[in-house]
Amino acid sequence: MPLPLPPFLRPKPVPGVLASFEHIDSATDAIKALRSRGYRDLTVYSSHPNHELDDALDQGVSPVRLFTLIGGITGVTAAFAMQIWMNLDWPLLVGGKPIVAIPAFVVIGFELTVLVASLLTLFSVAGLSLLGHRRGAAYDPRFSDDRIGIFVPVRQDKAGTIEQMLREAGAVEVRNA
Amino acid sequence: MTAITASPIRAPEAAPVNVMTQTHADVTRDVVATLTTPSRGYYLLLFGAVGSFLVGLFTFTMLLKEGLGLAGYSPPVFWSVYITTFVFWVGIGHAGTLISAILFLFRSPWRTAVYRATEAMTVFAVMTAALFPIIHIGRQWIFYWLLPYPNQRYLWPNFKSPLVWDVFAISTYFTVSTCFLVFGLIPDVAAVRDKVSGWRKMLYSQLALGWRGTDVQWRHYHRAYLYLAALATPLVLSVHSVVSWDFATSVVPGWHGTIFAPYFVAGAIYSGIGMVLTLLIPLRKALKIEHMIHDYHFDNLAKLTLLTGTILFYAYGMEYFVAWYSGNTFEQTSFWRRAFGPQWWGGWTMIICNAFVSQLLWFRKIRTNLTSLFVISIFINIGMWFERWVIIMSLTNDYIPWAWGNPNPTWADWGILLGSFGWFGMYFLLFARTFPIVAIQEIKEMIPMPRRRAGGGHH
Repeated sequence: MPLPLPPFLRPKPVPGVLASFEHIDSATDAIKALRSRGYRDLTVYSSHPNHELDDALDQGVSPVRLFTLIGGITGVTAAFAMQIWMNLDWPLLVGGKPIVAIPAFVVIGFELTVLVASLLTLFSVAGLSLLGHRRGAAYDPRFSDDRIGIFVPVRQDKAGTIEQMLREAGAVEVRNA
Repeated sequence: MTAITASPIRAPEAAPVNVMTQTHADVTRDVVATLTTPSRGYYLLLFGAVGSFLVGLFTFTMLLKEGLGLAGYSPPVFWSVYITTFVFWVGIGHAGTLISAILFLFRSPWRTAVYRATEAMTVFAVMTAALFPIIHIGRQWIFYWLLPYPNQRYLWPNFKSPLVWDVFAISTYFTVSTCFLVFGLIPDVAAVRDKVSGWRKMLYSQLALGWRGTDVQWRHYHRAYLYLAALATPLVLSVHSVVSWDFATSVVPGWHGTIFAPYFVAGAIYSGIGMVLTLLIPLRKALKIEHMIHDYHFDNLAKLTLLTGTILFYAYGMEYFVAWYSGNTFEQTSFWRRAFGPQWWGGWTMIICNAFVSQLLWFRKIRTNLTSLFVISIFINIGMWFERWVIIMSLTNDYIPWAWGNPNPTWADWGILLGSFGWFGMYFLLFARTFPIVAIQEIKEMIPMPRRRAGGGHH
């Protein structure tokens, strides 16, 4: 796949076995079989999120929610701090309201809560995906279409047994990558 | 709430029968096919949109040069066509967020086929709306005075003013809905990347941001999408409420009502779905995606229109009732003049197009007939523009009768209005050609994966 990245950013390919599945149950069988034999460092590709794959991989809930919460709290604090400080910095009496009129500040408080929480959610997805990502795993363009892909990082001399195991589970295509 | 946040997102249980006949490969193929050479009709529409935009650009240049005197303001009316059109476009955006975020939280599977188009509509409508406060302020080059930045006199914006709330609400709404649209597009752009070749592969590779659909990526992505939807839901309800407070916090008769926030939100969604219908009915033919967006989807959109239209009907009635029941002469005069004053044509256009035309959608035959639905959607667009016009025309009759007066819109008003449709249409058409207008991965989520063993599965 021609990813137009500069050479120093291009990840070094990792040796391993890449299998392609047509059937969801074959793919989950393969994941369970691999995991029971201690191969836990799998990369599973799918064109859409699938909870059967999540269950087979035994994934926990993503920590993204923590960042959403941090973003929300940061946003609301910053909004009230900004409005209170700016009103005290140059006190102007407007409409007979107090200088620090909390009810009037609620709207901007809410907007910045949503804004910062959303932005931090997005950045955390980018960051967490980069951190948890196996760089250099093999890929096939059909994984974004209708196939499920499983990449097992493994040394060349051990690849044979893995290939066999994946074929037995029902992989339609297995190759050494 | 616990059910939503504690369990992982499941694919909708009841996918509409019509999408079940397709395979995953069919979905990718058909959506990627919409990105190939468009028809002559498309180019004609694009030509019209760019032409209208250029008219708007010329008018804006003249406004910069000559000032707001070109527009038909006359005392006491200093909010006229520009602010009407601003509220109109902000409102259009709301249906997109309703369909993409609120219906996502409600697990309505029918949203899948239409939500990408409506979300794009949201972003472009808010982009259009955001131009209007700038056009309207007169000295357009100092619009940034609205932002809280340290200036040489250490003055800050007036945070007690709804106009400043609006700056924050609209810019937050624009940012968050753009993020939501782009975030949803990433896996689909990756699917397109893997199907095309040449320079297009280069382009989509860049835009896919390295998406490969790995388990790690989906794990975070899927969760984040839920939170973005949960954040966008109260946001969309807040935005038009804040817009309504631009009016309701003043003491102008006809504006000073507590009903304004829900009334504006219902109107916004109503007008937005009207625009969705106007855009989608021709688009699905032009892009040959009739097998993905069905009568079933239009029927549901029409039911939403009927619901919000009926809420509007109630709100119109309640406004008149409150005006009468308040016993306030100024309020009563304002509403009497809406129906029988010099701007009576606006008042009746609004009531007929919104309250009465929407009631036709009680009939299933009308809801499933795309021609009649298209005609009704045009009525909705016109009616909702006039609703905002009528509300703003409360300015013509405030507390001092000798100062009453009517605006006289000029070519500068209409030029900007036409330009705004061109600007919006141009972006929407370019988007529909460049990006998957039907969400590939979400449709795939509704189609069960093939199995080697019969039966089984979680559902």
